[in-house]
Parts: sequence; structure tokens; C-alpha cells
Amino acid sequence: MENLEIILPEIFLSLTIMFLLLFGVFKNNSSKLIYNLTTLSLVILFALLLNLYQVSDLSIFNNSYKVDSLATFMKLLTIGSGIFVMLTSSKYIEINNINKMEYPILILSSILGMMVMISSNDLIVFYMGLELQSLALYVLASFNRENLLSTESGLKYFVLSALSSGLLLYGCSLIYGFSGSTNFNIILENSSSGQYGITFGIVFLLVGLAFKISAVPFHMWAPDVYQGSPTSVTTFFAVLPKIAALSVFIRFLYVPFAEMNDQWQMIIIFLSIASMIFGAVAAIGQKNLKRLIAYSSIGHMGYALTGLAAGTNQGIQGSISYIAIYLVMNLAFFSCMFMLRRNNEYYESIEDLSGLSKNHPLLSFSLLIILFSLAGIPPLAGFFAKFYVFMAVIEQKMYFLAIVGLLSTVIAAFYYLRIIKIIYFDKEKEKFETDHHFGLKLTLAVSTIFILAYFIYPSGLTEIVSKINII
Amino acid sequence: MDFPIISSLIILPTIGALFILFTKSSNSKYQSSKYVALFISLANFILSIYLWLIFDKSSINFQFVENREWLSGYINYKVGVDGISILFILLTTFITPICIISVISTIKHRLKDFLIAILIMETLMIGVFCSLDLIIFYLFFEGGLIPMFLIIGIWGGERRVYSAFKFFLYTLLGSVLMLIAIISIYWISGTTDVEKLYEIGIGEQYQKLLWLAFFSSFAVKTPMWPVHTWLPDAHVEAPTAGSVLLAAILLKMAGYGFIRFSVGLFPIASEYFVPLVFALSLIAIIYTSLVALMQEDMKKLIAYSSVAHMGFVTLGIFTMTQQGIEGSIFQMISHGLVSAALFLSVGVVYDRNHTRLIKKYGGLVTVMPKYGIVFMIFALGSLGLPGTSGFVGEFLILMGTFKKSFLVATIASLGVILGAAYILWMYKRVVFGEIIHEEIKSMKDLKKFELLILLLLAIPIIFFGFYPEPLINSIETSVTSLIDNYNTNLTQSIAKK
Repeated sequence: MENLEIILPEIFLSLTIMFLLLFGVFKNNSSKLIYNLTTLSLVILFALLLNLYQVSDLSIFNNSYKVDSLATFMKLLTIGSGIFVMLTSSKYIEINNINKMEYPILILSSILGMMVMISSNDLIVFYMGLELQSLALYVLASFNRENLLSTESGLKYFVLSALSSGLLLYGCSLIYGFSGSTNFNIILENSSSGQYGITFGIVFLLVGLAFKISAVPFHMWAPDVYQGSPTSVTTFFAVLPKIAALSVFIRFLYVPFAEMNDQWQMIIIFLSIASMIFGAVAAIGQKNLKRLIAYSSIGHMGYALTGLAAGTNQGIQGSISYIAIYLVMNLAFFSCMFMLRRNNEYYESIEDLSGLSKNHPLLSFSLLIILFSLAGIPPLAGFFAKFYVFMAVIEQKMYFLAIVGLLSTVIAAFYYLRIIKIIYFDKEKEKFETDHHFGLKLTLAVSTIFILAYFIYPSGLTEIVSKINII
Repeated sequence: MDFPIISSLIILPTIGALFILFTKSSNSKYQSSKYVALFISLANFILSIYLWLIFDKSSINFQFVENREWLSGYINYKVGVDGISILFILLTTFITPICIISVISTIKHRLKDFLIAILIMETLMIGVFCSLDLIIFYLFFEGGLIPMFLIIGIWGGERRVYSAFKFFLYTLLGSVLMLIAIISIYWISGTTDVEKLYEIGIGEQYQKLLWLAFFSSFAVKTPMWPVHTWLPDAHVEAPTAGSVLLAAILLKMAGYGFIRFSVGLFPIASEYFVPLVFALSLIAIIYTSLVALMQEDMKKLIAYSSVAHMGFVTLGIFTMTQQGIEGSIFQMISHGLVSAALFLSVGVVYDRNHTRLIKKYGGLVTVMPKYGIVFMIFALGSLGLPGTSGFVGEFLILMGTFKKSFLVATIASLGVILGAAYILWMYKRVVFGEIIHEEIKSMKDLKKFELLILLLLAIPIIFFGFYPEPLINSIETSVTSLIDNYNTNLTQSIAKK
């Protein structure tokens, strides 16, 4: 076991969780302290991972746990956005009275689950990671237990997610039965396109994963859960699980089932087209910002999957760049939502933004940038995300997918424009409070500048991502 | 490496915009913002004049080329000018200060934001005209949607929201197809560098589809019939400066795109689609002229006349003759000046009387004699009276068209007559006749700054009408090389068959 240091981040995180749990139980009124310690431990974790970035392609535990450039990069994204989620939401959980000591610990456990998912090279390890992540998320969704909507969203997420986990397990068992192993590399050796058992297994697996990533037609939970959960949890939901699920998608499709891409390609294409169109159309009528962003995230996941459908390294890199840029836009958007506070109450309907630009010019300017970027208008970062993905898709001559994808951006542009219209063209309302804490302002500033100035030096991200070669 | 003059042209307005954004005006009148905006735009104009002077008119190559690595491995940031693009840059840098003067003196509400939007817009417009890489071109071309959407939406008239959305979605819809085509070109030819693409050409089998994809974007932006309907709405609701930018420069992006990309990159497809473009252009010329005849709103009338004039432009480009293309470029420059002037003239009376309806006016000449004169110059410029720049453009286009097809030229000439009809009829109803409405009597004649900007526009209209040489001289070599390249490609393709 001389390679133990490469799972040092995971070991560190597990120990931190246990320590914080004990600490919280024995020391009263320590929730604030635990929250800060959690943020600190995430920063340390980030540093540990950065240190690992040089290590490439190592497998441990009988080849069931993989640390390669994909895993490390995705973990960095996860933890990086985890830090920002913690930074933005500290005030929110105080005001909404959910600053219990369990809250940050649950977030940490869920992150640990994601890290295991991202690195897994074995069906059982993958499933353990997935369940650790999901169990923490169920509790987080219903964390505001006095709120009816929050409880409902937690329950809804639990029931539907359990169902999808069941399907996923069934898929795993089929694959195990037909290939004789749970290890991804051995599955690759033992499988071929002719085996219908494995094809069935893939379908069930993809259904389960599509649920986690909220791709159409397995998206039904997303709007309710996004709206019902406390906004701090929604921020978490909107970003972190997607990164983990997407990397599992990549790992599954391109390691054990790489030879069977004729079997799964159609499914991915269908998922992405359906998500792009549905996400664009269904968001038009929404009145609640969180619900709207849920539909928009469905659409965005469609674009991320589009890259995977291409079946090339370029496509995978496109998807990874997409998710990286997407998470910045989402963090920026939610930071704006945390700023819509008046008399210790947070506002989340689109109408509340009316005429925001008169009283809060800088906040509205950020929103303007973020929304245009989400719509994919050049020269903002969101355009480049789409550009990378469609670059890969068109290389494979999948013109239909590209045309549908880009036409649905036009439809999607409509609802983003509607918010901009309300912010800039409509009559103003009462002022919101402006005394935001430093973490929130920092997150918003950093992410907005990233989105706005991305075009000056787009090579940075491309160079990092181009080192990830799965195939 | 020499001084990056093109990049400076592009970036200077943005720096100005940032400066305005981050300086707090001491009083509510935004005094410093006004001066900064005006100063920056004038500096940019002088810089572009300097560029024009040191530009070598006899060379067919792109000049002042800057080529820098940008998106690693894929795309370079490449800008440069040739004889064609330099004129459009001049037009842009000339119109922008005029817009700024007009905005400073008429807009009260959120002036600072308006100035920032105009300056950002200038950056993007100059970028469009000098980018030598398709992706860079697309970035600038599409980026223009954001400030324009805000200009129409924030400072527009009653139905501004509808118009802003229509403008945005129409153009976006056209452009996404172009994006697909650009990416396809990258994979087909391995580059999106325009100069290299001119050399290696694009496979014949791909050209038609790619041409159509580019066409979908340019046709919306030109705008050509039947996708022109966003233009009247956008013009009517946009504030005066917005209309000026839209008519004078934004529409020219598409005409420029036709010359640079459709004709330059896809010669075989262009030849194939000539009948389609001719048909659409003729419909645009005749149909929108007739529609313009019936308009009650002055701005809408000018908007429809823009569609008709741009019909001439597309007609001229696709004659593929020296006269036709030169005429089209000339017509675009001239229309840029004339339509800007017309919108400003309408803006002048709108500021006084708050209506644009023709029937609410009449007899203006008795209360506003100066206005009557300058407005006359622009009306005549619009209908193409000899001695104005409008004439030179239309004349060259018709000459080129006669070479190609007698019938098309005859029908197009009808458009000239109709053009005279609607503009003169409007002029008669607005300026001449008895004063019917009481409020007209109290209208004041042109203020100094209004006279200044209108005269600034009238001078080049008349000057280039009598002496078009400086413009023609600058584009001649580039157009010749474009047509040569076009004809070689065609003969090669025929020889292959």
C-alpha cells in the first residue's frame, strides 16, 4: 500500500467529518465554528488535491479506485465550487434558522460521496459513493423542516431517487451477471455489442444516471426540489452533484462500454435533444427564479451530454469545459439571488427583480452578464461552453444534433431576455438591502469577472482540459 | 511588431466605456462622462483617418495584419484591413461621435449607460469590419446584439419591449446557423483564417449548404425580404441614436459579410444562388417601396426605404461585376450617411412635437426654414439625385446589373422612381403646405448642435456626390482582386466538369 497518499484527500475528508461530528456533539452552540471549520477543511482539501495534480493515472485497491487527470480535475471543480457555496450561503442559513451543526457536516459527507463516485472504477465502489452522496442530499433538501415546501421536496427527492437507485442497481447486477465482474476494465474485456444482457444493463444504468443529472425524461424531481429546498441547498444541488454525475457518465461510457458505443450513442443523443428542447420550452412560463433555474439547468445538462454523444476525446473535453463554465455561471446567479434580501427575508420570484437596475446598478449589471452568458451570447463565457461542445459534435458530422441544440438556444434566449427585460425595462420596486458579507461579494465579483473576461484568454481552460484523455 | 493600430481602434472605445463606468460624475448631469465619450470617439475617428492615409491603396493584400495566438490550437486572433473594410471603419468612427452628440443633447434618462452602450457598440462594429478570422468575426457580429437590445429596450418608445425581443431573436436565429457553418468550415478546411481560406478554397460539394447558412444570418441582418419585418419595429421604437446606429452601421455588417464571406469564400455557390438573391432583392426594392409609400409614421417610412436601399446593395453585390460591387459598397456608405441624417432629422421634429406621424405635421418650412433646407438635402440624397452620394451608388449598381440582365435592371430602375415618390411625398406633406396644426407654429428652428451634426452629415453626402473618387479609389484594387478570385474559381470548377 505505498500508494496510500493518493487517496489522502479522501482520508482527510473522512477524518474531518468524524472529528466535526464528535466536536459538534460535545460542544454546545458550535454550529458557527463548525461551519467555518468546514470551509477551511475544504480549502485544505483543495490544496491537497492540487498537490496530486501531477500524479497521473494510478489505480489502487485492486484496480477499483482510479486517480487520473479526469478524476482530479473533476474533484477540484467539485471542491472549488463547494468552497464558494459555503462562502455564499453563510448568512442565508443564519437568517433562515437552519444553521445547525449537521448542515456543514452533511455537505462534507455528500462531497466525500461525490469524490468516491468520481474516482470509482468499480460498480460497487461507485454505488457506495452514490448512496453516500444521495443520503446526505435527501436530508439537506428537507433541512428547513418547518417549511412545508422543503419537507415535501426532501421526500419527493428521496422517493424518486430511491427508485432510480433501484433501477441503477438492477442494471449493475445485469452487467455483473453477463460480464462476470464489477470492475470496469474487466467488463470492457468481457463485453461485446452482441450481448443483449449488457445492453439492458447499460440502459438501466443510464436511466439511473440521467435521473441524477436531471436529464429529460427523468427530470420531474428537479423543479420541485430546486424550489422547495432552502436556496443555499439549491445552490449546492445545482452544481456539485452534476459535476460528479457527469464524470461518472464519462467514466461509464468510455471505460467499460467504450466498445459498445453504437448501443448507447442513440440514448445519449435522445437524452440531450430532449433535455435541450424541454429545458428551453418549459422555462418560458416560470415565475419563480429557482424553478426557472431548475429548467434552465435541465437544458444545460442537455448541452453537456451533447459533447458525450460525439464519442471523441474532443467531445469529452467539450463537456468538461461546459460543466466548468456552467458551474461558474450558476454560482454567480445564486450569489445574485442571495443578494435579494429585504428585512431578513429573501425574495425569489421573477417579479421581485422588477426595475432592479435603478437601485442596484452593479448587481443588475452582473445579472445581465450572467443571463446573457447563460443564453450563450458571445463574447461571454457561456458562448465558449457551447462552442466547445458543438465543435466536437460537428467534427463527427452530427449536424442534426448541432442544429437542434443551437435552435433551442434561441428559444432559451427568450426567457433569459425576459428576466433582463424585467430588470432593465420595468418600473422599480423597493430597494433591497446592500450590506452583504464579504464571501458573497467576493464570489459574485470573481465569477462575473470570469464570465466577462473569459474571452480574453480562453486558452487557459482549454489547455487544462486537453490533458484529460480518456479514450 | 509594429504599433497595433487596428487593435487600438477596436479597444479604445471599450476603454472609454470602462472609464465612464467607473468614474462617478460629480453632478447629475454626467458632465465628465459626456466629454470622455465625445473625446474617445473623436480620437478614434482621427485614428481611423490616419489609418486611411497610411493605407496602401494599390495593394491587394490585407494590411496592418495582427495575428496572435488566442484559443490554443484552434483559432488565432487575426485582424487587418483591406480597401473595402477600411471604408466601413471610417463610416463607423464617423457616425459614432455624431450619435454621441445627439445623445448628449437629447437623452436625459440614464445618459451614462447610453454612452457606455454606444462605445461598446463601436468596439464591436469596428471589430466586425476588420476581423480576419470567422470565429472572431462571429464574436463581434453577435456581441452587438447585447448593447443594441438594451438601447432599444431601455430608451425606446412604447412598444420597445416587443421590438427589442423581435430584433434579438430574429438575428440570433439567423446567426446560430452561421455558427454551425463556421464550425463546419473549421473541420472541412482545418482553419477559420479568412486569408488562408481564400487561398485554399472550400470544397465544391460543401459550398451550397454553407452559403445558405451564412445567407440565413446576413439576410436577416441586411434585412432582405421576407425576413425584414424586425427592422421597421426596431427602428420605430429605438431612440434616435439607436436608429442611426442600426441603419447606418449594423445593416452594413451584413452587406460587408456578403462581400467578404459569401462571395469571397463560396464563389461557386454564389453563382448558383444569383437568381435567388436577384429575386429577393427585386421584391425588396419594389414591394418595400410600395409599402413605404403608404406609411404614416416617418421613421417607419425611412425604415422601409432602408430595406429597399439594401435591396439595391444585395443586387449590386451579386452582379459580380466591378461596377456592381463598387456601387454596392458606395451605396452602403452613402446610405449609412443619408439614413443616419434622415433619422436625426426626424428626431429633431420628434423632440419638439413628440409625434412621428406625417399627418401631424405640414408647413414646417414657414417656422423652420433651416430645417427645410437640410432635410431637403437628405431627401434628395435618399432618392439618388445626381450630385448626391446616393446617385453614384445606385447608378453604378444599375450599370452592373444591366451587364448581367436587362430585365432585372429595368425592374430595379422602377425602384428608383418609387424611391423618389415616397420620399418626396413625405417631404411635401411634412415641410410644405399650410400649417394645419396649432402646435407647429410654436416649433423652434434648428439649434446649433443640431445644425452642426446635420451639416456634418450633409457635407460628405454632397462631396462624394460630386467627387466619388477617394472612395472608389480605395476599394478598386480589393474589388478587382475579389472578382478575379471569383472568376478563377468558377472557370476551374467548369473545367473540372
